[in-house]
Amino acid sequence: MTQHSPGHGVSPQSLVEHALAASMGDDCVVIVTESTSANLRWANNTLTTNGVMHGLHVSIVSFVKQAGGVSVGSVTGSATTQAEVNELVHAADAAARSAAPAEDANDLVGERTTPDWADESVATGIEVYDDVAPALGEAFGRAGAAGRVLYGFVDHQVTTTYVGSTTGLRLRHVQPTGHFACTGKTADLTNSAWVGRATRDFTDVDPLAADEELARRLEWGRRRVDLEAGRYDTILPPTAVADVMIYAYWKADARSAWEGQSVYSRRPTGTRIGEDIARPEVTLSSDPAYDGLQCAPFVVASASSNVTSVFDNGLEVAPTDWVRRGRLSALRQTRHTAEMTKQPVTPVVDNLVLDVAGGTGSLQDLVAHTERGLLLTCLWYIREVDPQTLLLTGLTRDGVYLVEGGEITAAVNNFRWNESPVDLLRRFSHASGTVPTFSREWGDDFFSRTAMPALRIPDFNMSSVSPAQ
Amino acid sequence: MPEIDPSFTALPHRRLGTVALARAQELGAGHADFRFERIRNQHLAVRDGVLQTALDADDVGFAVRVIHRGAWGFASGVVLTDEEAMRVAETAVAVAEVAAEMTSTPVEIAPEPVYADVSWVSSYDVNPFDVPIPEKAALLIDWTERLRQGAAVDHATAAVGQVLENKYYADLAGTETTQQRVRLDPEALAMGAGADTFDSMRTVAPPVGRGWEYMTGGIKDWDAELDEIPELLAEKLKAPTIEPGRYDLVIHPSNLWLTIHESIGHATELDRALGYEANYAGTSFATYDKLGTLQYGSNVMHVTGDRTVEHGLATIGYDDEGVRAQSWDIVRDGLLVGYQLDRPMGHMKPELNGGRSNGCAYADSPGHIPIQRMANVSLQPAQDGPSTEELIGRVEHGLYVVGDKSWSIDMQRFNFQFTGQRFYRITHGELTGQVRDAAYQATTTDFWGAMEAVGGPQTWELGGAFNCGKAQPGQVASVSHGCPTSLFRDIRILNTTQESGR
Repeated sequence: MTQHSPGHGVSPQSLVEHALAASMGDDCVVIVTESTSANLRWANNTLTTNGVMHGLHVSIVSFVKQAGGVSVGSVTGSATTQAEVNELVHAADAAARSAAPAEDANDLVGERTTPDWADESVATGIEVYDDVAPALGEAFGRAGAAGRVLYGFVDHQVTTTYVGSTTGLRLRHVQPTGHFACTGKTADLTNSAWVGRATRDFTDVDPLAADEELARRLEWGRRRVDLEAGRYDTILPPTAVADVMIYAYWKADARSAWEGQSVYSRRPTGTRIGEDIARPEVTLSSDPAYDGLQCAPFVVASASSNVTSVFDNGLEVAPTDWVRRGRLSALRQTRHTAEMTKQPVTPVVDNLVLDVAGGTGSLQDLVAHTERGLLLTCLWYIREVDPQTLLLTGLTRDGVYLVEGGEITAAVNNFRWNESPVDLLRRFSHASGTVPTFSREWGDDFFSRTAMPALRIPDFNMSSVSPAQ
Repeated sequence: MPEIDPSFTALPHRRLGTVALARAQELGAGHADFRFERIRNQHLAVRDGVLQTALDADDVGFAVRVIHRGAWGFASGVVLTDEEAMRVAETAVAVAEVAAEMTSTPVEIAPEPVYADVSWVSSYDVNPFDVPIPEKAALLIDWTERLRQGAAVDHATAAVGQVLENKYYADLAGTETTQQRVRLDPEALAMGAGADTFDSMRTVAPPVGRGWEYMTGGIKDWDAELDEIPELLAEKLKAPTIEPGRYDLVIHPSNLWLTIHESIGHATELDRALGYEANYAGTSFATYDKLGTLQYGSNVMHVTGDRTVEHGLATIGYDDEGVRAQSWDIVRDGLLVGYQLDRPMGHMKPELNGGRSNGCAYADSPGHIPIQRMANVSLQPAQDGPSTEELIGRVEHGLYVVGDKSWSIDMQRFNFQFTGQRFYRITHGELTGQVRDAAYQATTTDFWGAMEAVGGPQTWELGGAFNCGKAQPGQVASVSHGCPTSLFRDIRILNTTQESGR
């Protein structure tokens, strides 16, 4: 990471100040996000695409007091000059004046300044791969010589977010987000393995070690056993647990629950907050300061929706237990839905941690204590089938392994599964300790920051066989 | 016929393109292209008569892509100055130099005729961005209020996504294209509850490449669709649960388009068959060695790819590599005969399209590199083919499936599972009411092999989606799929409540 960003004459902070001064609304919130990113993508042991990107977006939220309440106009654009910002401000003001009063109207958050408000945006570039790129080239050569084919992607983004308001907010947050992921196949493409991890700066990424791990996993697949669909004693590694827990978190918005449309609903009107929904050892939580998973400690919302409110911009995001010792204890709230549901204000947090009290040891320890079962690598194409139970469907991908007598003895065919993450938290028999992990399904584009244990499920529902390899 | 938006043509895209391409050439790039885009996006969402979301977002920027030392180099920027255009071109060349160290197969692209300063505008009447938000919100508010008059409806939502996309492309060969597309994605949803259950019913009208006239004019009978939803929901809430087993299916285009998208559209993307998506979206069972020999489905199956159908979401004049839009066969008489290509793949497989790309390169924003994306992939009807009623009449024991809902397919496009908005039982050729909790699950070639009949042109509809995801970094594309109502024999049906172990 470097302390400068690609050329623009006007600083993000001055764009904020300019917009706040230009707005003719009664109040105004301005959000500027400046992002840089660099990526490399490879397949068949050669680089395929790459890119270095720069983006700068300005969101103007204009608030106009009128009969019956406060109306809002919200406009976002790629503005880099004062003239371009003026256009956005005029559009937002006009939208606010013509809008009906907002149902989520609330007082704007008062004066708060982050100490580094005046600092420049933080940027990344292709140089973040100075060590990784040569090692990747070496891995391609090694893999090719040994009859392995590598496919993968590295991405690093740094986004600096500025939130300013006429009520005195001057908040800045720098968010690095990155990951390394690599799929390895045998040359005949009949055997596939995957490794992936999140990273903030790529100092902890070792492509050659990843290639070795892929080689080890492909070796497990030298013996192949075909199994039928059915319920199996199944170990989900942390990445697969993240895949399904992220979905459980997304569906945990207070309004859908309150209005009877989710697994967290108590019909006809009400939520299941206070009910035991999981085993008593289970705590599912978020904390913007969680070590290695740090994320924005304040609300940023450029438009309102079922789960966000522009009035909440700048609101402090606190550590939150969603499930505490097995009991549903909070849902994702805006101040508007908190009032509706008579619950504390618990805004969404951009990380998720599952802890199981008494869960110790590693994934390997779970394997060592399993007499006969399956070890998964990761999950794929996860979609909701039935919101009442939060039944999800999806596939296993890039390695299902047979565990016999505590050892991995073969690779097994892939399966389509149908399972609910809420049910899994009631049915698991063993858990490992919690470790940082990267969701294969959602980590790339939607939700990168998770820490999860591995879970062993005694009766995981493999609904049918997938011939995919 | 609308013209290119003057507020786009007033932007400095031509000057920046000239500067960037000259700089790339000066630095030795063999190929260089410049793309400048403005994408206007507005999403309006109403819940229970209240406008909840009015998201208005523009994305403006440009990108330079080069082939240099046998490798791609790509960079993008947002500051619209000559200096920045030059810097982005320099970055693209520098990235290519890093990439060259790791590129073992030199990049080459298929030739394409030069199109000197051409323009193209999609087929629509009313630019949705010319309609005031309050007017659009009032329409959606009315929709939710009408739905909520139904006794079974507790809550209702309505939303419309609107996009105005402008692209300018120029390359060192001399092609220059300026294009404009408009698309809309409307939907309304009614939610309700029974004694021990809750459920929803959604409009099945597809997203389209049309303007605001789609919402108000005589194109689509919104009144009829909104009027029937509350009763359809009430019936679904009271419907018996499905007995799992094997059924004959008559599938309406509002459901079948998505099965086509997942099991044919993605499976015949050549980049997937070649492994480029192996770490993300996946590969394909329809590998290149199976071209001309794979029996994809029954002999009534004729599937085309096109970027030309009027109102299609993937329809355009020229793709993001300056290739003119085309149409071609993908499956003919049930046999795999074609793939979707971009220029590098057109070069790699000259036997496929006479050594030319068939125009499937697309980038979803100025900040992303173009990759091979899906054309409109459509199942053709049978001339003089049967009506939907006639197809239902051929079924003794089966289900009639309307509207898409849940979808999932494996990474090689074999095993899929879909649900729908509504499943009607067919008994002795007649519809005998809805059933609940059904999902159909099959393997792609078994499913298409079990297709006994396709309906006639009178049953053909163009469905589609705004949210097709692919590539790393992730890119989202819009695409349409046309199909007739079709009849499938002996397909596995699951009961989703039983699947959850209850």
